[in-house]
Amino acid sequence: MTDFSTIDITEAKKLLSQKKITATELTEFFIKQIEEKQDLNCFITKTFDTALKMAKRSDEKIQNGSDIGLLEGIPIGMKDLFCTDGVKTTAGSKILENFVPFYESTVSQNLWRNGAIMLGKTNMDEFAMGSANTTSFFGNVLNPIRSDDQKDLVPGGSSGGSASAVASGQCFAATGSDTGGSIRQPASFCGLVGLKPTYGRCSRFGMVAFASSLDQAGPITKTVSDAALMLQSMCSYDEKDSTSSKKLIPNFSDYKKFDLKGKKIGLPKEYIIDGLNEEIKKKFDHCVNVFRDCGAELIDISLPHTNYALPTYYIIAPAEASANLARYDGVRYGLRENSENLDDLYQITRASGFGDEVKRRLIIGTYVLSAGYYDAYYLKALKVRQLISNDFKYAFEKCDLILTPTTPNVAFPIGEKQSDPLEMYLNDVLTVPASLAGLPAISVSAGNNNKNLPIGMQIIGKPFEEISVLAAGSAIESSKEEK
Amino acid sequence: MSFFIDGNTGKWEVVLGLEVHAQIKSNSKLFSTASTEWGGDPNTQVELVDCGMPGALPVINEFCVNQAILTGLSINAQINEKSIFDRKNYFYPDLPQGYQISQFEYPIVGNGFLMIETEDGEKRIGITRLHLEQDAGKSIHDQDIKNTLIDLNRSGCALMEIVSEPDLRSPEEAALYVKKLRSILRCIGSCDGNMEKGNLRADVNVSVRKPDSEMGTRCEIKNVNSIKFIQQAIEYEARRQVELIENGKEIIQETRLFDPNKGETRSMRGKEESHDYRYFPDPDLPPLIISKEKIEELRKSLPELPDEKKSRFISEYNLTNYDAQVLTDDQYVSDFFEEVVKNRDPKLVVSWISVELFSFLKKNDIELSESKISPKKIANLLDFIISGKISNRQAKELFEPYLKSNLEAKDFIEKMGVEQVSDEGEIEGLINRVLQQNPKMVEDYKNGKDKLFGFFVGQVMKESKGKANPQIVNKILQDKLA
Amino acid sequence: MSIDNSIVRKVGKLAKIKIKESEEKKLIDELNNILGWVDELKKVDTEGVEPMLSVFNESMNMREDKSDSKFSNDLITKNSPEKKAGFFVVPKVVE
Repeated sequence: MTDFSTIDITEAKKLLSQKKITATELTEFFIKQIEEKQDLNCFITKTFDTALKMAKRSDEKIQNGSDIGLLEGIPIGMKDLFCTDGVKTTAGSKILENFVPFYESTVSQNLWRNGAIMLGKTNMDEFAMGSANTTSFFGNVLNPIRSDDQKDLVPGGSSGGSASAVASGQCFAATGSDTGGSIRQPASFCGLVGLKPTYGRCSRFGMVAFASSLDQAGPITKTVSDAALMLQSMCSYDEKDSTSSKKLIPNFSDYKKFDLKGKKIGLPKEYIIDGLNEEIKKKFDHCVNVFRDCGAELIDISLPHTNYALPTYYIIAPAEASANLARYDGVRYGLRENSENLDDLYQITRASGFGDEVKRRLIIGTYVLSAGYYDAYYLKALKVRQLISNDFKYAFEKCDLILTPTTPNVAFPIGEKQSDPLEMYLNDVLTVPASLAGLPAISVSAGNNNKNLPIGMQIIGKPFEEISVLAAGSAIESSKEEK
Repeated sequence: MSFFIDGNTGKWEVVLGLEVHAQIKSNSKLFSTASTEWGGDPNTQVELVDCGMPGALPVINEFCVNQAILTGLSINAQINEKSIFDRKNYFYPDLPQGYQISQFEYPIVGNGFLMIETEDGEKRIGITRLHLEQDAGKSIHDQDIKNTLIDLNRSGCALMEIVSEPDLRSPEEAALYVKKLRSILRCIGSCDGNMEKGNLRADVNVSVRKPDSEMGTRCEIKNVNSIKFIQQAIEYEARRQVELIENGKEIIQETRLFDPNKGETRSMRGKEESHDYRYFPDPDLPPLIISKEKIEELRKSLPELPDEKKSRFISEYNLTNYDAQVLTDDQYVSDFFEEVVKNRDPKLVVSWISVELFSFLKKNDIELSESKISPKKIANLLDFIISGKISNRQAKELFEPYLKSNLEAKDFIEKMGVEQVSDEGEIEGLINRVLQQNPKMVEDYKNGKDKLFGFFVGQVMKESKGKANPQIVNKILQDKLA
Repeated sequence: MSIDNSIVRKVGKLAKIKIKESEEKKLIDELNNILGWVDELKKVDTEGVEPMLSVFNESMNMREDKSDSKFSNDLITKNSPEKKAGFFVVPKVVE
C-alpha cells in the first residue's frame, strides 16, 4: 500500500482528480494507520464502516465527474466535540460516555457535504478544558514525536487527539476547537498548522459548548494550503446560530495571491518576554527575517494589557462554562447515578461524571458569578476584555498582522505540570489574547528545537482577514522548507 | 372605599404587587421552532434548545419580539431600543438547560401604567417593566408514587413577564388589574389570557402594614391561575401575616403556593435556599436592538385598545360609563355589540346584550365567544321588537328558547304564534268587544275611576292572548274612552 | 477574597457537584491559587470602560414564527437513562 502520510490534501485532491488513486484506497490506508497507532490513543470512536461507505460514494462522484465537493474523498478526523448524527459524541467526558446525538453539527455537516470522509471522533481534553489532552475520560493522548530520552510527550490540548492523529499520519486533517488556544497550541506542539478563524466564521450549532463567547471551530492540518481548504469547507453563515457572522466568505485559497510586500507586521513587546525560551526566540527572530525578505515592514507595537489576558480568560471561560455545563444533570441523557432524591441525583451524577479539571472550573465559574463577587470578578473581567480588544484595535491601526510565538514552551512530558493547575494554564498565555478579542490566528511550525521538538509561530490578523493570516503563515512555512 | 384587614391592634393596609406571566400566542417558541400548541402528547413539541441538548443554540422569534413591543405600547410604556438577554441559573428538572433565558437588567419594555375602574373611580396602576423569557416545562407529581414525570412541551414557550408597581390595595383591585391586563392582551392578540389553560398566571406579592407606615416584608404566592384564586389567596395571606405580626412573630420573606382546595397559602418546600441566580448576559445572543422606525410601525398597527373603545362607545352610542365598561371588557363582546348596533337603537341593543344576553350566558355558564350565538341572531329578534311585531315583554319570555333553537327569528316567532297584533283595525275590534262586554266598568271609568283603564288593557290583552301591541291598544283605548 | 470550607460547600451546592470532605482541602488550595492570580485584575484601571459582552458585533438574527417540531418523542427520549410513557423521570419532587 502506498504511504499516503507524506502527502497533504492539496496533493491528494490532484491525484484523485487524475484518478491515480481512489478515495477507498485512501480510506483503507488511514484505517490501517489508525489500527496500528492505537497506543497514541487519538480516537475515542472509530467509524470505519461509515468511512468506507462514504469513500465509495466519493469514488462514484469522482468517476461520474459530477457534484464533486471541495474535499471529495478526503479522510479526516472529527474532534469528539462536534455532534455527529447517530455517532457517539462524548466531549471526552464520562458524563457523555454513551451519548448518541440525533442531529448533526453544522461544521461537520458542511464537511460531509463537501465530500470529506469521517474516520472517527478524535480524543480531547474533557469539555475542551485543558492544554495537554491529559484530562480526557478516555485516557491521555500521546504526541507521536517522542523526547530524546524516549519519554511520552503531550500533544497539547484540548484538540490533542486531532493534532496527534494528523501528525502521525492517521488522517489528512482533523477538526479542532479553540477557546483559549486549543487548536493553535496542539498544532504548535505537533509541528502542524492550526487555524482559529474569526469568532463567528464557523457555526457553533451542534458543537458542545464550553465558553460560548470564545469557542470557535477550526482545522488542524499539515500545510497552510490544506488549512485554507478545510476552513472553506467548514465555515458558512448559519441561521441556527445567533452568533454566526453574515460577513462574506472569501475564497481562502486566494491567500496564495496575497502579497506581503509593503504590509506591516507588528511585534508586540509584551510577548517577547524576558526569560522566553532561547530557541523559541531564535525561531521568532528567523520569522521576522522571513517577513523582511518578503518586503514586509516590521514595527514594534505594544499590547499593554497582555498580562491580564490569562486571568481575564480564567474568569470568563469558567463562568460561561458553569452555565453551559449545567444541562449535564442525569435527567434527559448521559450518565445518571441513581438516587432516592433529586438533589443527590444531580450532585452525585455530576461529581461522578465530571473530571477534576472540569469540576475545578465549574466551581470557579459559579463562584465568580455568585452574589457579592459578580462585580469584582466577572464584571471586572468583561471590562478588561474590552481593554484587551482595544489594544488590538489600536495596534491594527498601525499594522496589518501581528507575529508572536504560539507557546512559551514545546511539548513537555506527560505528568509534568500536573501538580498545579496554574502551571498548565500558563501554556495558553500567548494564545488567549486573540481568543478574547475574537481575532483570526494561525499557528505554523517554524522548525524544531535542538531536541527535535516542534516550535510554533503565531500570526494574528484583523477580523475576517483570514487570507492575510494564511498568507503570512505560508511565508513561514515556505521558509521552513528552505532550511 | 378602602380595603382593610381588621386586626386586634387596629386596621391593616394590604400592599400588593403582581408579576403576571402571559404566554405569547405564537406558533413557535421564543428561541426554538417547536410548536406551542396546547395539549400535545408529552415531549413531542421539543426542539434541541427546549431539552437542553449539547450544542443547542437559541434563535429568537421575531413575532414574539413584536408582541412584547405591542404590549408595551398598549400599557403606555417606554420601549427600550436596546435590551439584553440574560441567563438565570438554577437547577430544576423542568428547566433543561439548567438556566432560563430571561432579561434582567435591560428589559425590552420599561415603565408604563394602566387604568382600572374601581368603585371609587379610575385608579392608575404603575407597571415597572415587561420582559421576555422562556417558560419552563411541566412537572407532574401525581402520576407516579416514587417519581415526578417531566414533559418539556411547554419548555421554551415565550412568556412576557409584566411586573406591576406595588400600587394595588385590595383583592378587588388586583382582580380588576388582571382583568384589564387580560382584555388588553386579548385585544392586541398577543396572549389568549386563558387562565385555566395556564397561558396567563400571576405571582402575587403580598405585604401588610399599618396605614402610613413603612412597607412590610412581603411573601410571594406563585403561579395563581384564576382571578377568583388571586382574590382568595390575597385575603388568606394578608390575614395570615396580620395574625403573625400581632402575635409578635416575624414575617419570613418566602415563596408560597395557594392551595385552592383549602383556600390557604403554604410555604414552598425544596426552594427554601435563597436563590442566587447568578444572572449574566447570555453569550449566545447579541443585544436586541429595536429601531425607532420599527416601534412607530408597530404603534400604527395597534388596534383600538379597550380604554379608547370605551371612550368611543360613550360618545358614539351615548352609553353610560357603566354600560360602556361592561361592553368593552372583552374584545369579542364589543365586536358583537358593534355588529348588532349597526342602524339600531343603541339603548335597546345595550339592554338586550348586557342584561338579557349576559344573564343567559351566566345562567348557562358559558362565554359569549364559546356560545354559538351570532350577532345576526340577536339582531333579527331585535328587529321584530323594533318593528312592533312582538313586544319587548314577549321577546324576553321567548329569549331563552329562541337562543337554544336553530330557527331564524321569523320562523321561531311564527312557530310560537306570538306575532304581535299591530293591526289597528283588529285591535279596535277587540277593544270594542271588551267595552261592550263591560258597560258598567265603562260608566265607572267615565265617572272618574281612572284605574279601570288598566283593567280594560288587561282584558284586551287577554282577548288577544297577549299578542296585541300594547302601545296601539293604549292609543285606541284612550281615544275611545275620551 | 479567599475561599474557605463554607464557601466551597456553598458553591458546590449552587453548582450541584458533591464535594467529598476529603476533596475539600485540595480544592480550596487550588481555587485560592487561581483566585489569587485572578485577583491581579484589581490592578487594572477600568474606570469608564464598558464591559465587553461579546466580540460579535452583528445584529440579532430574528426568525419567522413558523412551527416545526422535527423530533419525535422517540428521538427526544432516546438517550434518556429513565423514561416512562414518553415522560422524563426524576425522583419525586415535593414543592
